[in-house]
Amino acid sequence: MSENRDRPGTPLGQRKVSRRGLLGAAAGVSAGALLASCSVFQRGEEGPKLGAAADEIIKQRQLTAEDVTAALMTYVPSGKYDEYLMFSSTGHGGQVLVHGLPSMRLLKVIGVFTPEPWQGYGYGGSTNEVLEGGYFHGKPILWGDTHHPALSETNGEYDGQFLFINDKANGRIAVVDLRDFETKQIIKNPLLVNEHGGCFVTPNTEYVLEADQYSVPLGGVYAPITEYKEKYRGVLTFWKFDRQKGHIVPEESFAIETPPYWHDLADAGKGPSYGWAFWNSINTELAIPGIAEGRPAMEIAVSQRDMDYLHVVNWKKAEELVAAGKFETINGFRVIRMDVAAKEGVLFLIPEPKSPHGVDVTPGGDYIVVAGKLDPHVTVYSFAKIQQAIQAGNWDTDEYGIPVLPFEQCVEAQVELGLGPLHTQFDDQGYAYTSLFLDSAVAKWALGKPYRDDGWKLVEKLPVQYNIGHLAAVEGDTTKPAGRFLVVHNKWSVDRYASLGPLLPQNAQLVSIAPDQPMRVLYDCPIGIGEPHYAQIIKRERIKAWEIYPEVGWNPHTQSVDPNAVLKVGEERIERRGRTVEIWGVVLRSQIRPDLIEVEQGDEVIWHLTNIERAKDATHGFALGGYNINLSLEPGETQTIRFVADIPGTFPFYCTEFCSALHLEMMGYFLVKPT
Amino acid sequence: MAATLAGTGTKSRITRLAGALVARLGDRLPFLVAAVALALSLALPYWHMTLRAPQYPGGLRVVIYLTHLAGDVQEVNGLNHYIGMMKLEEAAVFERAIAPYGVAGLALLALLAGIVRRRWTALLALLVVVFPLVFVADLQYWLWYFGHHLDPHAALSSAIRPFTPPALGTGRVGQFVVEARFGPGLYLAFLAALSALWGIVTRLRGPAQRG
Repeated sequence: MSENRDRPGTPLGQRKVSRRGLLGAAAGVSAGALLASCSVFQRGEEGPKLGAAADEIIKQRQLTAEDVTAALMTYVPSGKYDEYLMFSSTGHGGQVLVHGLPSMRLLKVIGVFTPEPWQGYGYGGSTNEVLEGGYFHGKPILWGDTHHPALSETNGEYDGQFLFINDKANGRIAVVDLRDFETKQIIKNPLLVNEHGGCFVTPNTEYVLEADQYSVPLGGVYAPITEYKEKYRGVLTFWKFDRQKGHIVPEESFAIETPPYWHDLADAGKGPSYGWAFWNSINTELAIPGIAEGRPAMEIAVSQRDMDYLHVVNWKKAEELVAAGKFETINGFRVIRMDVAAKEGVLFLIPEPKSPHGVDVTPGGDYIVVAGKLDPHVTVYSFAKIQQAIQAGNWDTDEYGIPVLPFEQCVEAQVELGLGPLHTQFDDQGYAYTSLFLDSAVAKWALGKPYRDDGWKLVEKLPVQYNIGHLAAVEGDTTKPAGRFLVVHNKWSVDRYASLGPLLPQNAQLVSIAPDQPMRVLYDCPIGIGEPHYAQIIKRERIKAWEIYPEVGWNPHTQSVDPNAVLKVGEERIERRGRTVEIWGVVLRSQIRPDLIEVEQGDEVIWHLTNIERAKDATHGFALGGYNINLSLEPGETQTIRFVADIPGTFPFYCTEFCSALHLEMMGYFLVKPT
Repeated sequence: MAATLAGTGTKSRITRLAGALVARLGDRLPFLVAAVALALSLALPYWHMTLRAPQYPGGLRVVIYLTHLAGDVQEVNGLNHYIGMMKLEEAAVFERAIAPYGVAGLALLALLAGIVRRRWTALLALLVVVFPLVFVADLQYWLWYFGHHLDPHAALSSAIRPFTPPALGTGRVGQFVVEARFGPGLYLAFLAALSALWGIVTRLRGPAQRG
């Protein structure tokens, strides 16, 4: 490494660099950077001015060697694609973001729980039905608190087909189809109100895992808080996913009742631990709020015990119990009661320190890594040892009768990393990376055998800015992590960006985890649309998205041709039946046909619109001002809007996408005659 | 030594046989080639046009077969409507309708000339010779017709003067660079024409025959 590199973790050297120093630093960073830097300077030799020109830029912008190599490692030239795609949540923004890596360019915001007008999401058409699927007892919920995106997996690897995302606030999960990057389903968990332990998928996406956070009585019914211990319950949900339909099937899903411990993160077993799932928990104190009643604040009350419980669940066995009818139906949902789960060997607990956050299964499926949050260690459990402890059978139970396996018999190692360990990801070199919230740092540590001989040891810590929550390495929670890059999602940005008022953007930082190199921050990416909790990073080529809809008349809600699609210009028509006016229309550059609609006040309007375009990117909008309607009709797409023309007047409608030179002229009038 | 002799012997025998065959087929083979080439050409593009503009990095392509159109026809029609050009499928409707029978007929004429060694069959095959020229002339006519029958009410009618897109080569329409090329089908038709011409000349120069 060049003399310009300071110790890892200290601010980068500010010394301006000579070209020689720059080359030295560039040569050391990584193969990718090496190639990039060489090509720059080779081009420099062909065009003799570039070396001097580059020096001039470096001088003018006061860049360090590290700055320049970071730029070379992250810059994606115009017209070139990023290598990886990152899907991240946006917290209470309620959406999903798609960034390209290593450039960190924002590629798309996917509307999920929150209406998103650019995509016409929630402003008429079938997307309204998707949002309605997540209404709470009929009450519109038009936001969500997205936390943990989960890409669908095949054999424990991302397959690039679907994305699942949870809503902590309202106990819901959503399904995004990665053929068109649109949300297809929002489903409310009928047993819980608030959740956190989702979404995580089993290795072949048999199930999507979701668990409650703040316990409520099953179904969210009323019970006095003083009956917390007796009436409130935890829920571990296994949502059955039908890949063919692209939907979660509640009738084929089930849940396991647990004591009212708050469940935190989860992960599914794989390889040797396939068929099992793991959840962390906190508040095994069973604390309840009531400061005014003289109870301690929850933050104190929930943090009294040094050990909480890792939940170890045999979901294959649970499946058998459900098939054998050993469940009760609550709120229309199949629930294995906790006494049955305990008796049948479906649910075990293992002590874990202390109010932990992440539970992450190693790529080989052999270890389970628990990040201690209020304990400076990661605790590594051996799946083989857990199985031995289960076989040995010499366990105690908690006060609800759930088996508690002896801690010492299940633990493989504990590695002291620092303050506030939250969440762990893996690379392809046998290293693990754990976020340290209080230290504002990433800890790189070595896994033990069979991954490395020098295992269970802290290697290095990298300060990040600031208050890191989750982190994501490239395919870093799959059976085949790809290494190279890590993105850390920091809760605070404090001084990283120009002041934009008191609500500061979040700070996502791209970190190089190139083999045999110190970790280093390459790039700061502000997130000004919400708080990314977790993210997943997938190789770009795994995603096979449609460029246009496969056929003209495609209904993205049914993923098939809509019977009301109009396939050709000239076949558009208007029909009146009593007080219903039904319109079959088409949009194309640069016409909305028919372009003149006249109805009477109070008429019900059913308006089918098909974008008959087949050119990539020839999207048309359809906005009807005054009626809160805005559609995005992508090439081939058909949408249907329904509304009552209750406001009399004259309403121009028009295309909201700048589609062509005559885009402004792409309009019509909707006239509502007063009665 | 013996092997070499034997080898030479075999080779010369093959050459002799081939010579005899060519002599026998001398005024038949070109017609048969023409018949096959024409039949094949029905399945291949006769002409194609590539339109390039900044917003179409891959270009747009229109492919003309004797019987149908393929490629980005809908997109090109969509663009053409701004200058008031007719839809591509409205061109040469009659020609496309009769093309399969016409070309099949020509192929049969060539076949006839190949089988029936008469002068009159050879003369009938003259139609095969002129066919590709007729195609090119018709293409040129339609290109002229399209470029000179623009709807005067079209949005961009004032921005464009009547024009004839190129039948072969490169032209420019609006922001589009248009490259027109003959397709393999048309080249086969030319091959058929030349081959038939050779056959006709051979037969007419050959020993006098009945008819």
